[in-house]
Amino acid sequence: MELPIFYILAAIIIVSALFVVTLRNIFHSALMLILCFFGVAGLYVTLHADFLAAVQVLIYVGAVTILMIFAVMLTQQLTGRKIQQLNDQPLPAALIILSLLILLIVSITRTGFEIADNLEPMPTVGTIGKAFMTTYVLPFEIVSVVLLVALIGAIVIARRE
Amino acid sequence: MATLDHYLILSAILFCIGIFGLLTRRNAIGVLMSIELMFNSANINFIAFSKFITPEALTGQIFAVFVITVAAAEAAVGLAIVVLMYRNFDIVNVDNINFMKW
Repeated sequence: MELPIFYILAAIIIVSALFVVTLRNIFHSALMLILCFFGVAGLYVTLHADFLAAVQVLIYVGAVTILMIFAVMLTQQLTGRKIQQLNDQPLPAALIILSLLILLIVSITRTGFEIADNLEPMPTVGTIGKAFMTTYVLPFEIVSVVLLVALIGAIVIARRE
Repeated sequence: MATLDHYLILSAILFCIGIFGLLTRRNAIGVLMSIELMFNSANINFIAFSKFITPEALTGQIFAVFVITVAAAEAAVGLAIVVLMYRNFDIVNVDNINFMKW
């Protein structure tokens, strides 16, 4: 039962991601990005990462995409149909990306990973919370400061003189 | 049962789509969207490794939280720069903004 769900989610993610990078109207791209993020959240559920699925929906779907849509609205004249959205190099880019993809797939399939024995689902929220407050407390505080500085920096950059 | 390779190959495909968008988009917001796709593929890798290699320690999921935080910070700063760019030059095409090139 797990494999069909994986393939459906994978199809949603790949098709919507292709639309994100190729659609003419940048606003439609932003809407497709929401669909792609929802697909990734579903994928996290199949990987038994319940907390990360919730975080994905809250932060990516709720915050980052809305921020993107705000930016599209503020730079509105570029959402018109006639503006060319891709540059002149899609074919060389596609060739390079295709060779990179083949390289990645070959190296993934040829590497033997040591799969753990215990693949049973378990609740993750408690473990993650404890790890943040004990083992990873210093990176946690540093990343909080990074986020704060970035948000203040964003306000300073975008503010009118 | 989906194996680790399934997830890794899906994330590789998503990463390559992201790089394609990064290389071909002219609009700076489109470039930022492609970067978000690449962040997501990295997160899929982290969480797949967390499930299949270290299911008890959850190290991958903790790192995915850090990646999401940095991605949010990057989106905020990047979009502020895009808005500023639009205000100063009336355009957000990355191939027209080349005054720092020489």
